[in-house]
Amino acid sequence: MSIDLTLAFTMIFFIGFVWFCMKFVWPPIMATIEERQNKIAEGLAASERSAKDLEEAQEKAADMVRDAKTQSAEIVDSAKKRHAEIVDSAKDDARAEADKIKNGAMAEIDQEVNRAREQLRSKVATLAVAGAEKVIERNIDESANNDLFDKLVKEL
Amino acid sequence: MASENPTSVEYIKHHLQNWKVCKTDEGWVWNQCQDAGFWSINVDSVIFSFLLGAMFCFAFWRVAKSAKVENPGCWQSFVEMTFEFVDKSVKDTFHGKNPLIAPLALTIFVWIVLMNFMDLIPVDLLPWAADKINVLAFGAEPGHTYLKVVPTTDVNVTFGLSLGVFFLLLFYSIKVKGVGGFVGELTLHPFSSSNKLVQIILIPVNLLMELVGLLAKPISLGLRLFGNLYAGELLFILIAVLTSAGIGGFIGGGIAYMIWAIFHLLVIPLQAFIFMMLTIVYLSMAHEDH
Repeated sequence: MSIDLTLAFTMIFFIGFVWFCMKFVWPPIMATIEERQNKIAEGLAASERSAKDLEEAQEKAADMVRDAKTQSAEIVDSAKKRHAEIVDSAKDDARAEADKIKNGAMAEIDQEVNRAREQLRSKVATLAVAGAEKVIERNIDESANNDLFDKLVKEL
Repeated sequence: MASENPTSVEYIKHHLQNWKVCKTDEGWVWNQCQDAGFWSINVDSVIFSFLLGAMFCFAFWRVAKSAKVENPGCWQSFVEMTFEFVDKSVKDTFHGKNPLIAPLALTIFVWIVLMNFMDLIPVDLLPWAADKINVLAFGAEPGHTYLKVVPTTDVNVTFGLSLGVFFLLLFYSIKVKGVGGFVGELTLHPFSSSNKLVQIILIPVNLLMELVGLLAKPISLGLRLFGNLYAGELLFILIAVLTSAGIGGFIGGGIAYMIWAIFHLLVIPLQAFIFMMLTIVYLSMAHEDH
């Protein structure tokens, strides 16, 4: 347990190991650690950036949805209006058509009535003449009495 | 194991003896070195300290060669953990730019941890194996093989480290402050005076104090590590003696061995850490220019 040559050996080993460590061990591992640290820092920055991007995109999407909603409301409104218009015009058309049909029917009825009246009038005249002939039993000059009959027919 | 059944004292003495080779009048001889002086070598310390240091270098070098930025393996993660621990310790204490300090601290820390960890190998295992090999392969007498497996229980190893640190300290002190600045630091503090004559009288006093302080650094550094590990090893040996004292001694010794090993588990990295931190502190003081 005294100082001897072992000390010299140990010092040589010590110097050798430190030199080796300084030359071949410390720099590459430290470089690796630093590179990883940089990478992690970059990754964190990127994730922060993308989180911000996501927020922006979400805002944008919300805006778009809001726009779409107002637009759709407008479209629904205009569609309702148009629907009302169509219904109104259809009603008008239907009413006009009904009027036309009714008027046509009325005119026809009038015509029929007139014709029937005409027939009736001529029949009444014939009947009246025949009746009168029978009643009077005499030959009456038809032409002398025609204006009298016409007057009678017109009064009917 | 000087004899087949050694006494406790013989057992302990045997375990505290290094495997030595030394230069005597008859040339280099093994294990006959009671008064060989400086020209002897503790072969076991040299072998184990070299193997452990080489193990550290090789293992870390392999990681360095194949270090991956993404998806590091278990071993790389472990190495990087050590790196970051050492790097943080250096950055907290040493505020200069010197590419030597951090690798130096790492080498000191890991190497000392590895050498200290030899303490946790059962005290008799490697010496027993070495004895058997020596007897079977080289025909040596049983019990005449000496092996101390913990290099840091050899004062030469710890002083080898601390003197290495001491020379670096001197080198950087002179490099950073210049010879004049370094001498000035040794002679003009802590007592100084504006009176020239008083100052000249104070110089020897300052020099004495500063020299003591300077020399205390490597001595305390080396002796602290040596003392802690030597005491730990000695206690392991004593407990091992206890285990031979009957069945009660065996059980009690086993428990004591375990408790001391657990406690030692704390001492091992702690002593390595202290050595590393003090190295960093001393070198950072050497870099400070007043």
